[in-house]
Amino acid sequence: MQEKKLSFPTKPFRTNGGARVPHRKHTTDMQSVIMPSPKTVTIAMQQHIGAPCKPVVAVGDTVYVGTVVGDSDAFVCAPIHSSVSGTVKSITNITLPGGKLTEAVVIESDGLDTPDPALKPVEVNNLQDFLRAVRASGLVGLGGAGFPTHVKLNVPEGKEIDTLLINCAECEPYITADNREVIENSWAVMSGIYSVLEILGIERVIIGIENNKPEAIKILKEIADNEKYDPKDVVRVLPLKASYPQGAEKVLIKACTGREVPAGKLPADAGCIVMNVTSIAVLSDYLKTGMPLVKKRLTIDGSAIKEPKNVIVPIGTPINEVIEFCGGYKGEPHKILMGGPMMGLSLDDDTLPVLKQNNAILAFDEKEARLNDATDCIRCGRCVSACPMRLVPTKLCADIKLKDFDSMQKHQIMTCMECGSCAFSCPAHRHIVQTIRMGKGMLREYMATKKGDK
Amino acid sequence: MAKLFTSSSPHLGSTASTRKIMLDVIISLLPAAAASIVFFGYRAAMLIGICVLTCVVSEYFSRIIMKREQTIGDLSAVVTGLLLALNLPATLHPLMAAFGSIVAIVVVKQMFGGIGMNFVNPALAARIVLMVSFPAAMTNWMPSKLSGVDAVTSATPLAEGTSFSYLELLLGNHGGSMGETCAVALILGGLYLILRKVIAPTIPVVYIGTAAVLSLLLGLDPLEQVLSGGLLLGAIFMATDYTTSPITKWGKVIYAVGCGVLTILIRTFAEVPEGVSFSILIMNILTPLIENTTTPRAFGESKEGK
Repeated sequence: MQEKKLSFPTKPFRTNGGARVPHRKHTTDMQSVIMPSPKTVTIAMQQHIGAPCKPVVAVGDTVYVGTVVGDSDAFVCAPIHSSVSGTVKSITNITLPGGKLTEAVVIESDGLDTPDPALKPVEVNNLQDFLRAVRASGLVGLGGAGFPTHVKLNVPEGKEIDTLLINCAECEPYITADNREVIENSWAVMSGIYSVLEILGIERVIIGIENNKPEAIKILKEIADNEKYDPKDVVRVLPLKASYPQGAEKVLIKACTGREVPAGKLPADAGCIVMNVTSIAVLSDYLKTGMPLVKKRLTIDGSAIKEPKNVIVPIGTPINEVIEFCGGYKGEPHKILMGGPMMGLSLDDDTLPVLKQNNAILAFDEKEARLNDATDCIRCGRCVSACPMRLVPTKLCADIKLKDFDSMQKHQIMTCMECGSCAFSCPAHRHIVQTIRMGKGMLREYMATKKGDK
Repeated sequence: MAKLFTSSSPHLGSTASTRKIMLDVIISLLPAAAASIVFFGYRAAMLIGICVLTCVVSEYFSRIIMKREQTIGDLSAVVTGLLLALNLPATLHPLMAAFGSIVAIVVVKQMFGGIGMNFVNPALAARIVLMVSFPAAMTNWMPSKLSGVDAVTSATPLAEGTSFSYLELLLGNHGGSMGETCAVALILGGLYLILRKVIAPTIPVVYIGTAAVLSLLLGLDPLEQVLSGGLLLGAIFMATDYTTSPITKWGKVIYAVGCGVLTILIRTFAEVPEGVSFSILIMNILTPLIENTTTPRAFGESKEGK
C-alpha cells in the first residue's frame, strides 16, 4: 500500500473564477468571549441536513448540559443535546430560517450548567466505535452546510480515501470564527486530525487556509511541521489565495489536490474527505471529554452591531440575546443574517435560536441592507468569468425563463452551488442566484413528474 | 424594531453598474473625439453633438412609446451616439447623421428589446445603413485641417495611389471617418478600458493580430493595414460591444479571428476598401452560434461530451 507516497502540493492548484469580495474581518484579532447561559434555550429538532429529530424528553424532565433531547432512527441525522442544565418547559414549533417548520424543545436553565453525569471520555478501538462516537457527538458540518459528520466519514465500500482536507479557508466576509478556533484551540485541531487519519487510514492531510489569516497559518505550521505533534509527517498547511469561494468543498479539493469532483458526485469520488476545522476540533474535544456539540463560536458583526465580537454561546440561545450581549443594535437593524453575506440566510425574526451549523450572525443597517435594483443584462460576461464551476449563468437564466429543462441540464444547472460569485459581480445587479435556485426547483419538480409518468 | 428586510443570498452586491461602465466607455472615447475636433474642426463637434442628442432623444421616446422603464440614465445611448459620430465623415449632412442615430437606437436597439438584446452593434448597423443609403456623402472625406491640403475632398490611406507615413497614420493627420484616423487616441482609449477592466484585451489583440498576420501573408504592409481604415476603432470599440460579442473565453478568440480574417479579405478582394464594418457585422450575427459551440466544460462534467 505504501509503495507510492502521495506528495504535498507546494502551491495551490489553479481554480476557476471567484469574486473579489471585501474581507471585513474586523474580529480577526479578538479573543472569543464566553456568553453566560441564557434563562431559556430553544433547541430546534432540525439542525442538520437530513431527517429531523424527534424530541426524546417530555415536559417537566430534568436535563443537563449534554443530555440528548432529540434523536431519530434515520441514518442521515445527528442527535441533538441540551446546552444548559434545567427543566424542559415546553415542546413547540418554530420556523427555521428558510421557512421550514420544525419542533423545538424549550429548556429553562437552572443557571448551574451542570454537565450530564453520564458523560465520560470516549474510547475508540475500531471504525464502528468511531462512527458511533461521531454520531453521538451530534457533530454536523460546521462550515454552514450542517451535513451529519458520521455520514460523511462512513465511506462507502470500494471508495479509496487518501486525503483528508481540513477546511480553514473561511472565505465569507466578516466571519472569523474558524480563525479564532485555530488560534485558541490549535491542539484540539491537531489531535482531531490524528484520530480521524488513524481510524480511516489516511495518508495525507492538507489544511487549506486563505492567506489573509497569517496568525492562524503560523500556529498551524508550528504544529504541523513539528515532529512531536505530527510524528508521521503527514499533515501540511497549504496557504491559499484569499479569493471567494475558496472554502467551497469542490473548489477547496481542486485547489489542494488538483482533482475535480465529478458532477453530482461526492468528495469521496475524488478520494477526499473534507472537514471543517471547527468540526475537527469539536470531535477531538468530544473524544477527550464526552461533551457533545452544545456550544458554538459565532462571529457577531455588521454595521448594526455595537460591539462586534466572537462569542461562544450555548446552542439554542435566542439571537437577540446574543446581540444584546454584544452591546445591542447600533441604530435600527434592517437585515439580519445567519451566516455570511454571500451564502447566509436573511431572517425575519431575531428571536430565533442559534443552530449548530451557525458560524455568524450579522446585522446590517439600512444602507447595507439595501440592494440595488436589477437592470437589464448587458451581457458583459462578468458572471461567466466569476463562476468557479465554469457555468454560463446567462444561458442558465435564459433556459429558466423559457422553462427549457433539457437545456438547463445541458448547461449543468445542478452543478451550481449558489456561491453568489456571479450575482456579486453583476453590474446590472441581477438576481442570478435566486433565478438559478428557482430553476433548480422547477427542474426537480419536472423530473419528479416525468418519473411519475413512466 | 422595523420589519426586517429579507432577500435571497448573496447579500453583497457589486459597486459597478451599467451606468459606470458606460461612463468609462465615454471617457475612453474622449481622446478620439478630441482628435476629431482638432483635425476636422467645428463640423466634428457638431456631428458628435447631433448624434449623441438624437440617440438619447430617440431612446427616451422609444421607451415611452413602448411603455417600458426609462433607460437613458444608463448612458448607453450616449455611447452609441458617440461611436456612430466617430464613424462618419466630417462632411456629412447633419440630417443624415440624425437619421443614422434614429436607425441605431430605434430600429437596431429598441425594436429588439433595448440594451443587451440587439443582435448587431447599433452604431455599426447605422453606419452601414448610411453607407448604403448615401454612398457618396459617406465617402466624401475631408482633409485634416492640419494637413495643409486645400482640396475639398481627400483620399483615405486605403484608397489606391495614396501613401502616408507611419507617423501620419499614428497621429491621424489624414482623411477618413472622424474618429478612426488618430491611432494614438484610439489606443489610449483602449488601454483605459482594459485597465478599468471594462473589456478584456482578448478581442482587440486577437483581431489586430489576425489582421496583421494575414496581411503579411498576402504581401500587404501589416502596419499600414492596422493603422488605417477603421480597424483600431472597430477592434477596440465596436467589436468589443458586450451585447454582440461572445460571452465565453474561447468564443471571443474565434470571433476576433473571424473579424480579422474577414476585414483583410474584404479589403483585398472586395470592391469596397473598408472591411471593418462588414466583418464585425457578420461576426455579430454569428455570435450566438459561436457561443453555443464554445460553452466551457462545467466543473466535474465528464470530458467525453455531454
